[in-house]
Amino acid sequence: MVTDVHALNGKLPIADDRYDTVIVGAGAAGITAALAAAQAGDSVLMVDENPVPGGLIGSDVPLFFGGRMTAAVQNAGRMIEQVFASNPALQTAFDAGIDVRLGTAAWGLYRNGPALQTMPEAQLGLADAERAWMVGFDRLVLATGARDLVLGFAGWDAPGVMGAQALHALLVRYDALTSRRVLILGSGALACETALLAKARGLEVAGLVEVLGAVQAPAALARRVAAAGIPVYVGHSVAATRAGIDGIEAAILRSAAGADVAIACDTICLALGTIPATELLEAACIIPGDGITLAGDAAGPAPDMAYVTAWAQALGRLAPADTIVCQCEAVTRADLLDVQPPHYLARPSAMAARSLATLIADGPAHPDQIKRLTRAGMGACQGRRCRTQIACLLAESSGVPVSQVPMASFRSPVRPVPLHLLADGQESAAMADGWDVWFGIPTQWTPYADIGTPREAEIVANGGNMHV
Amino acid sequence: MADFPKGAAVIVIGAGVTGLSAAWWLARSGVDVIVLDKGIIGWEASGRNGGGASHYQSPLFAEEQRLWPQMDDLLGYPTEYVRERIIIQRDQALLDHYLAVGRMCTAIGYRVDPLDAKQAQELVPLTDETCLGGIHLRFGGHANPQRTVQAYAWALQDLGGRIFQHTRALAIETAGGRAVAVLTPRGRIACEALVVAAGPQSGMLLAPLGINFPVTSARAEMIVTEPAPLMAIGGVDGNGLYGRQTLRGNLAFGGGPHEWIAMTPDGPAARPTSPLIRNLARRVAEMFPRAAHLNVIRSWAGVIENTPDGRPIFDRRENITMATMSGVGFGLSPASGHAIRDLVLDGACSFTDLSKLGLGRFADLPDDWREQRGWAA
Ligand SMILES: Cc1cc2nc3c(=O)[nH]c(=O)nc-3n(C[C@H](O)[C@H](O)[C@H](O)COP(=O)(O)OP(=O)(O)OC[C@H]3O[C@@H](n4cnc5c(N)ncnc54)[C@H](O)[C@@H]3O)c2cc1C
Repeated sequence: MVTDVHALNGKLPIADDRYDTVIVGAGAAGITAALAAAQAGDSVLMVDENPVPGGLIGSDVPLFFGGRMTAAVQNAGRMIEQVFASNPALQTAFDAGIDVRLGTAAWGLYRNGPALQTMPEAQLGLADAERAWMVGFDRLVLATGARDLVLGFAGWDAPGVMGAQALHALLVRYDALTSRRVLILGSGALACETALLAKARGLEVAGLVEVLGAVQAPAALARRVAAAGIPVYVGHSVAATRAGIDGIEAAILRSAAGADVAIACDTICLALGTIPATELLEAACIIPGDGITLAGDAAGPAPDMAYVTAWAQALGRLAPADTIVCQCEAVTRADLLDVQPPHYLARPSAMAARSLATLIADGPAHPDQIKRLTRAGMGACQGRRCRTQIACLLAESSGVPVSQVPMASFRSPVRPVPLHLLADGQESAAMADGWDVWFGIPTQWTPYADIGTPREAEIVANGGNMHV
Repeated sequence: MADFPKGAAVIVIGAGVTGLSAAWWLARSGVDVIVLDKGIIGWEASGRNGGGASHYQSPLFAEEQRLWPQMDDLLGYPTEYVRERIIIQRDQALLDHYLAVGRMCTAIGYRVDPLDAKQAQELVPLTDETCLGGIHLRFGGHANPQRTVQAYAWALQDLGGRIFQHTRALAIETAGGRAVAVLTPRGRIACEALVVAAGPQSGMLLAPLGINFPVTSARAEMIVTEPAPLMAIGGVDGNGLYGRQTLRGNLAFGGGPHEWIAMTPDGPAARPTSPLIRNLARRVAEMFPRAAHLNVIRSWAGVIENTPDGRPIFDRRENITMATMSGVGFGLSPASGHAIRDLVLDGACSFTDLSKLGLGRFADLPDDWREQRGWAA
């Protein structure tokens, strides 16, 4: 059989390490799964990206930290200790012989499927501060938790606007939150629990905000919030914010009747819901099965999109056109609604006739199209902060429920990994030998005039690689 | 969405760069044209490529060179086209090879200047003293594939052309060897002439007509970093890579092994990347040591159409014009559309000889040509 030396077949190496079971995420669900696997006699690796490097926390990866972390997050040693202290079950996992690696992020999942048949085995890509490597597994449990559901409003790109998951992480896991006075958006269980936690940890809670006409949490929880003296602004939305050098200083809430009230706060916490963190699967274009399972919040319920839509529309109505939607690429609401190219490109007059509406009229639009045109979602946070907003905007403009709109896609690496770390240090000889800029088809680059002449034979004999 | 039409003078199957450019050229000539795509415009190779436009070997290249600098104005929408390219190397044998390629290009009329180590390091500030030198192409360039696809589509619509997305051509209806209509799930559309520019699917569409249009598919991968300071010339290749620095500053590069994949009429079921992105990361870090600290923030894969000799196909049978670019279709698209327009309206290309790119060259191609090359999925 003829083989193409330039094809990928046989060139991807087997994994650097191999375990019966690999667990991503050392939260409650991950540890439970790890202990069960260890008890069944499996060799077990459990990785957790916490402590997340300070640089990534600053980029709002993987949670929406909103710049409200102390300098302590830059101290890796202190952060490791803190992660341990806040999660005593980790010690149990160590004692059970589980290989626990903290500060280790899973950035890619690879398994043979349609359009990828060259993996020698299923593999998970990992990276810590020193290196990247691949692990093989028989069973993989993704206990990756949930990430923040983010919606924007005027000034939400100032330091001090954050997600409830991030607030919890900075407060409990890292003990590195700088916030003093928090205003919480939402009045469901997540919002109420966040308020009670913040209060218990000595923060002032300026209140809860709810765009709907009533508190959303179960009555018992709502009573505890009321008993703690935390006001709830029902029927209110965020009209504006005031920010200074250190970020958020106040939120201006507007009632349904149009009355404004200014609430002093240094932090606005989005607690409208969380999203199962399944980006490893999404980037790999695979669904659970064949030894890969989701556990804990990663398997958890999708957010209540009807509620999220109500919020997105309420915030959207009050957001000025220049409100940023994508922080990484500084794309505004107006840019999105007009599908404008980024500011470093000319904005030709013909664009005036083009908009999100015309894009939708041309056929159901996909958020990835909007991403390609406006760059929204093309930054280092991979759209974690803007994908829900864009989906809501697209749904609203299309007149369909957001559940019918596809989400922007995730791509490996699902965590930013520096080139020099991601780089494969021990490339296989087959990979090096078979490497060509393009396909290595010798006849492809023959200048047209030389086709069918002796010159062509000469070029092909020389390997023909003349890709420029 | 516009009402589904009964007919058009010309139907183009495939809204990649080849089909869209062809339709735009036809519309410029006042032709009533409809473009059909099974999905979204540019969703396949045309929106997932490296954006390179330096295909000196092609008979379309002179026309491409004439057109690219005007494309933003002609289309009315930005393509992010930037002129010229540089190829640097850190391996003496590769450098010698590219110096020879440069001399060859200069000899055929496309000027290439050799760069010594110092010149190369100055022109490419992200590299360092490991760069041994390179070549500076005083021709060619690069553009943003996704913006370009959309620009063709909008420009076509501005001229009255119609695009139907999510509308797969199921079959071509013929009468006496001539295409008379295209069947889609939304209805039948009659046509006076047909263009098949369906990339990897072109062969499947044409086979029932008794036309052997040999093309097969492979998946290729690219990675992209967070932005780096802008280099004066962003089209820098080398170290086994092709790609570009975008005007935003991101480094987007591909290269290395591809994977031959099975193709269906619906297109690929998925377009995943593989751990090859680690090999790409290594080569980018080696080529640009001063950018090695930058985060890789994304990767993607696209499916590439390939003919048995890696060369485009341009041909016409009766009123059916068919074209595929065999992996170099983005850069040449301004000219490929012009050539297709000429074939459809005039029966022959007005600006260059395409006789060596016809289907005739595959008359004796055995059925197992993929296996013979090791290209079977
Ligand atoms: C990773 C990568 C890097 C590349 N780098 C470069 C580069 O730097 N420079 C360069 O010039 N080229 C490059 N290429 C190649 C280039 O992208 C292709 O040659 C070019 O896009 C082909 O365009 P096309 O319109 O002919 O085909 P495609 O882009 O494949 O478009 C064909 C279209 O036809 C549609 N279609 C298929 N079947 C049907 C049907 N039955 N009915 C309706 N519609 C149908 C498809 O949906 C598709 O949109 C690269 C490609 C990839 C993937």
